[in-house]
Amino acid sequence: MAKTTIKKSSLHISENGLENHKPEKRLEVLKTYKIYIGGQFPRTESGRYYVPVNAKGEKLANVCLSSRKDVRDAVESARNAFGGWSARAAFNRGQILYRIAEMLEGRKAQFVDELMQQDASRAKAGHEVNLSIDRLIYYAGWCDKYQQIFSAVNPVASSHFNFSVPEPTGVVCIIAPQNDSLLGLVSVIAPVIAGGNTCVVVGSYAKPLCCVTFAEVLNSSDLPGGVVNILTGKASELAPWMADHMDVNAIVYCEKDEATQKMLKEKGSANVKRALIYDKVNWYDDAAGQSPYFINDAQEIKTTWHPIENIGGAGSKY
Amino acid sequence: MIAETSTIKIPNFSLSPRVDQVGIEERAARFTKRSIKKESKLNGLLLALNMIDLTTLEGKDTDGKVKQLCYKAQHLHDAYPGLPTVAAVCVYPSMVKVAKQALGNSGIKVASVATAFPSGQSTRDVKIRDTKYAVANGADEVDMVISRGKFLMGEYNFVFDEIAAVKEACGSARLKVILETGELGSYDKVRRASDIAMYAGANFIKTSTGKISPAATLPVTLVMLEAIRDFYYETGKMIAMKPAGGISKSKLALHYLVMLKETLGDAWMNNEWFRFGASSLANDLLMQIVKEKTGVYQSKDYFSID
Repeated sequence: MAKTTIKKSSLHISENGLENHKPEKRLEVLKTYKIYIGGQFPRTESGRYYVPVNAKGEKLANVCLSSRKDVRDAVESARNAFGGWSARAAFNRGQILYRIAEMLEGRKAQFVDELMQQDASRAKAGHEVNLSIDRLIYYAGWCDKYQQIFSAVNPVASSHFNFSVPEPTGVVCIIAPQNDSLLGLVSVIAPVIAGGNTCVVVGSYAKPLCCVTFAEVLNSSDLPGGVVNILTGKASELAPWMADHMDVNAIVYCEKDEATQKMLKEKGSANVKRALIYDKVNWYDDAAGQSPYFINDAQEIKTTWHPIENIGGAGSKY
Repeated sequence: MIAETSTIKIPNFSLSPRVDQVGIEERAARFTKRSIKKESKLNGLLLALNMIDLTTLEGKDTDGKVKQLCYKAQHLHDAYPGLPTVAAVCVYPSMVKVAKQALGNSGIKVASVATAFPSGQSTRDVKIRDTKYAVANGADEVDMVISRGKFLMGEYNFVFDEIAAVKEACGSARLKVILETGELGSYDKVRRASDIAMYAGANFIKTSTGKISPAATLPVTLVMLEAIRDFYYETGKMIAMKPAGGISKSKLALHYLVMLKETLGDAWMNNEWFRFGASSLANDLLMQIVKEKTGVYQSKDYFSID
């Protein structure tokens, strides 16, 4: 009997405690924004960071200030991932891009919140996230279709079956648009990986929150590690190392800075790198901001001559 | 040879020094913290390149593959004139003749594995004939494996006698004794096997066959370097070292050189006394050397295939 009494009284006390509970001001757990290399989230090798500030003067986060050695590591993991990614069935690449869109949809609120921290209105942020999701779906659909558009059977004057097909160029370095920090990022990554390339991306310097969170989306959506690697930091510091890296096959640049455009083209000439300049594209305009030609930009056309019997007598044109 | 070793007092191998596992691993880890930049880095890379035993030990090796490897040994990267060559090419006994012919008078040595490599599970007679065959075909160096089974059974005399017999069969060829440290189980046993090999007449002690994992590691190599140092103090004889297997990056090769310099000193800092058993290390070193020269990160596309 005595035992029961004790139990009752202790229950009574705890109920009392619950009634008296008042909400306290909680110390928020802030997110550590790290870079994304080879499917991992390391800190920058350099140990440096910077603190971007929004228009209200609020500090956004401590963000990694990546160095050339992060570029080196990222290119290495992109190169390692290239064989597997480019060999995947085009249909499977489409499935994975669709999966990225699904995961982004699921974390919409977080992206809207981050865009608003970076000075967007709620309406504009919502619009940007929606467009980004739609853009991924758009390129998911193109994964197994652009080949038909850009392939050709060529007329030749000998007994050969001659055809040209697009093949991914390899590792693509991308300096993402600095202003449209989510939509711009998605719009330049999606066509590159849809075409079977792997990439190293430098996100927006002033608005870096979305690119790190987008890395988390990629990491949870069946995309093999190393296919997309995302760095934060100064494009002006990292771009020269990307431009003359012999193991990089193309470089994407979206700003109007002509000196940088010239530098990228000049340094890139060492290994005949493609310099893709998208400085006049309005990413909000579906007609201009998405197209299979963005996929084609990072493709090499391979032409094959296949000897055949002379079938001209049968009336065939090839 | 027998006369030479007989002047040295053979110790009781059961009493080989014990190794402090925590201490050796921490000491080895500290070598990876040295900062080597610019000119000293370039010199280190060139030295490492010159210390490589370029190796192909596959069941599918053909004459063509060995010839190609020998060509690579002599022309590492012709776009960069003035590079050193590798130290040696390491092949199976059946390929020694091909390699010897392909290397001609380039000065690059031919090393041959022998004694029923990689397991060593055969009779002494077969092992001796294997060795003699390699030497008769022109091998400058012989890489033998110890009988790990006998060693782990505690039959140290058997292992000792076998090494001494193979050494005799080698004649003037230098003998590398592979301990296969990944199968020995502890640093104590690595130390003991090193002592047995050196007293039995090894010119080199070598970590691994490259056929099992773990192969060479920094701590295991440090244990063996310390055994070499103690042997040198005891007898006045220098023994060479060859870590093999798992060293494919330039940075790691530089860590090994730092460890070598700080453990044995400058006398060992050349390819007579230190080798890397590796195949893909050469290309990584070349890429780093060209990076140092041009300031531009390099691509495998512009270097020969391993």
